[in-house]
Amino acid sequence: MQSELPLYPEQASNFAPQVDGLVLFMIAVCAFFAVVICAAVIYFFFKYQRKHPDEVGVPIHGDMRLEIAWIVLPFFLLMAMFGWGAVIYVDYRHTPNDTLDVYVIGKQWMWKLQQPDGRKEINELHVPVNRNVRLVMASEDVIHDFSVPAFRVKMDVVPGHYNTMWFRPTKPGRYHFFCSQYCGTNHAVMGGWVTVMEQDDYAKWLSGTTASEDPVAVGQKLYSDLACNTCHQADGKGRGPSYNGVYGSHVKLADGSTVVVDDNYIRESILQPNAKIVAGYLPVMPSFQGQVTEDQIAALTAYIKSLKDQAAPGKPGAAESATGKK
Amino acid sequence: MSSAQQPPLSPQPVAEQQLPKEHYLNATYGIRSWLLTTDHKRIAILYLISVTFFFFIGGIFASLIRLHLLTPGGYLVTPETYNKLFTMHGVAMIFFFLIPSIPAVLGNFLIPIMIGAKDLAFPKINLLSWYIYLVGGAFVLYSFSTGGLDTGWTFYTPLSSIYSNSAVTPAVIGIFINGFSSILTGLNFIITVHTMRAPGMTWFRLPLFVWAHYATSLIFILGTPVIAITLLLAGLERMFHMGFFNPVYGGDPILFQHLFWFYSHPAVYIMILPAMGVISEIIPTFARKPIFGYDFIAASSIGIAVIGFIVWAHHMFLTGQATYAALAFSFLSYLVAIPSAVKVFNWTATLYKGSISFDTPMLYGLGFIGLFTIGGLTGLFLACLGLDIHLHDTYFVVAHFHYIMVGGAIMGYLGGIHFWWPKITGRLYPEYLARIAAITLFVGFNLTFFPQFILGYLGMPRRYHNYPPEYQVLNVMSTAGASILALGYLLPMVYLTWSMRYGKVAGKNPWPATGLEWTTDSPPLTENFHETPVVDWEPYDFLHRPELGLLGATSKKIVPAHGDD
Repeated sequence: MQSELPLYPEQASNFAPQVDGLVLFMIAVCAFFAVVICAAVIYFFFKYQRKHPDEVGVPIHGDMRLEIAWIVLPFFLLMAMFGWGAVIYVDYRHTPNDTLDVYVIGKQWMWKLQQPDGRKEINELHVPVNRNVRLVMASEDVIHDFSVPAFRVKMDVVPGHYNTMWFRPTKPGRYHFFCSQYCGTNHAVMGGWVTVMEQDDYAKWLSGTTASEDPVAVGQKLYSDLACNTCHQADGKGRGPSYNGVYGSHVKLADGSTVVVDDNYIRESILQPNAKIVAGYLPVMPSFQGQVTEDQIAALTAYIKSLKDQAAPGKPGAAESATGKK
Repeated sequence: MSSAQQPPLSPQPVAEQQLPKEHYLNATYGIRSWLLTTDHKRIAILYLISVTFFFFIGGIFASLIRLHLLTPGGYLVTPETYNKLFTMHGVAMIFFFLIPSIPAVLGNFLIPIMIGAKDLAFPKINLLSWYIYLVGGAFVLYSFSTGGLDTGWTFYTPLSSIYSNSAVTPAVIGIFINGFSSILTGLNFIITVHTMRAPGMTWFRLPLFVWAHYATSLIFILGTPVIAITLLLAGLERMFHMGFFNPVYGGDPILFQHLFWFYSHPAVYIMILPAMGVISEIIPTFARKPIFGYDFIAASSIGIAVIGFIVWAHHMFLTGQATYAALAFSFLSYLVAIPSAVKVFNWTATLYKGSISFDTPMLYGLGFIGLFTIGGLTGLFLACLGLDIHLHDTYFVVAHFHYIMVGGAIMGYLGGIHFWWPKITGRLYPEYLARIAAITLFVGFNLTFFPQFILGYLGMPRRYHNYPPEYQVLNVMSTAGASILALGYLLPMVYLTWSMRYGKVAGKNPWPATGLEWTTDSPPLTENFHETPVVDWEPYDFLHRPELGLLGATSKKIVPAHGDD
């Protein structure tokens, strides 16, 4: 429990001590300047108080050395702030490879979260301590934002594409998460709790529940239900590219550029198939905009992801394309 | 002009002083003479009345917000109503109070007089811009009274363009229309400053108030069209489902934020630059010495206006924008801090070896330095990429921009109103009451907004109608401060109104101050000056102005520049 008047939230992730360290540095620098300026104002105010109603001050018009000093010195301090902040931010935006991926869907006014094994939660998120966790987030309507103050992280959840964020919880416990991008009437109640568990407890928690639908299986079923399989044949001989070995690979596009096949690319290819056509294929796929839900996109992505270690078949016109296969 | 037993205050009206026989207020009478006036001073008064009206509307919303947040459960109003309150508070305060306040009231009144002109370059367009403001305001009031508005003043899509059920369309139209008022005012100021300066009023003799307004006007004419177009697009998407921002129609919601902040970040400088201009007049006047680093303060206004245009995406570090873009915008945001810091350092240095008085405008001026310093420094926290991850969209942001907007812009506005009140009305306000109000505002303001920095660091998101109980203590402090603040705003309303009839006659130059506006009558003639003034003194020079009646003044370099004799 925290005191009646807490000054900073709990530190419960790898980012928390980094952010708190930086904020202490910033407070020190800024407080120094604020105190110097306020002290100078107050000191001058009393020291040079008008003694006679008709008195004038000493006419000093400026001092070039001072001007240069207070342009150059703050510049270096500002660059230190910029640099330190940039280091944390770049780390935050660069997700490590070994993450536990949780799919997050925001909608007015609730959060749906799905563990890698398919277990679903509403406004609750269970994660193991000391594991890198990545949230892959989509919105079904307006812009939301997933924010965990105790982890010092947040990221907008934007309709139309996936945003991801990552963190490594360092302290078991229950922490608030909030929607922090204003999203309409019940914005303030669109939040919940992150539960950080010991790794054993997390494993027990996962196994102790009725196995929910495996997203890979759901995706595989959608693959045939939505007739994806008529074109995207496994042997690569259909009208669309095979899914085998494609996730995470670099693919050459019809316009000559290359793209990494990630969650966002798959999502875009389902909703706006003609935006980025793989070299050697024709823009014949219809859009599935409005026909698939965010959950279904996530399931299809999980299915495609599950095939990433399958051997990719040779593709017409793009022999060198499957270089990313590992 | 003073007696020895008096405390060393500068505004000491001479007993026999009387208002001039003829001035802009009594030149003509009747409602038509006001509504069809082309006198920039009367138009300024019209603006004064209308922005005060919107300030009170916005203030009532703010009071209700703070009352509601007294308890974690928030039992005063429903969530829908709460969302409308903070949205309408923002729209009324930003678009209809803060943006026009100093430029359209003080700028309108003073710029022609300060440069020795009879009026603005386009007096009729000046009147037109007030009517445009009224039409825009009418649309917004219509929106407020027919269901309200619940999108946040930022109008983020697709919430505003598709999902909101409130009266978004009239509000968007109102803000769109109001934008033309800003554009015309900016155009008028720029052309006036370029073409209508009196003989001898060179660019580097311009009061810094004029420099600040010149920079503001650049933003008015370059930035405002962008917000107009942006809101028009959002309106089209809402009314006709044209796909600009909603991904379901093939649009991109982030595009809206780019366009919105391309204007709305510079708009922050529209609100603060004129206040900086006011402070740059007040400080040398009440320290009785030339301003320290005139060139640097003037250039920093332009610097802020220019760099301010290329920092907008620091509002969007967490939208998923590219890391490199975030790095660039963070870097540029730190650059814009430098000209702001230069101003603060120069104002502070101006106090050194001054002859400083406690007059009300000076209290606002010094309060401004402190509050703007805190507001500016906390901006560095938000420009910092690593910290913004945690602080973005929390109460830290709310506290930061209220330090700039209320602690900075409104303190500057009130300081300016007090400073030039004798010029505008010809009468002095009650000094001691005014000092009490200034101190009340300072205390109330800090108590209201300082706790919000801590709330923000604790993680309390903004725009929440309820909150976890651990945030309550700080919220109660904030609400307590807001009630003091409200009192502080009511006081000047009362005594300023009172002083218009009963205040002591001020005379031409009660402080005394050095600007051209203080060489003419108070209140001035409709034509501002009896004959065209000639400026042959440097700005903020007290020593070579014997007509100010100060000690040690020499007549070297001076030629009487006003012609009421």
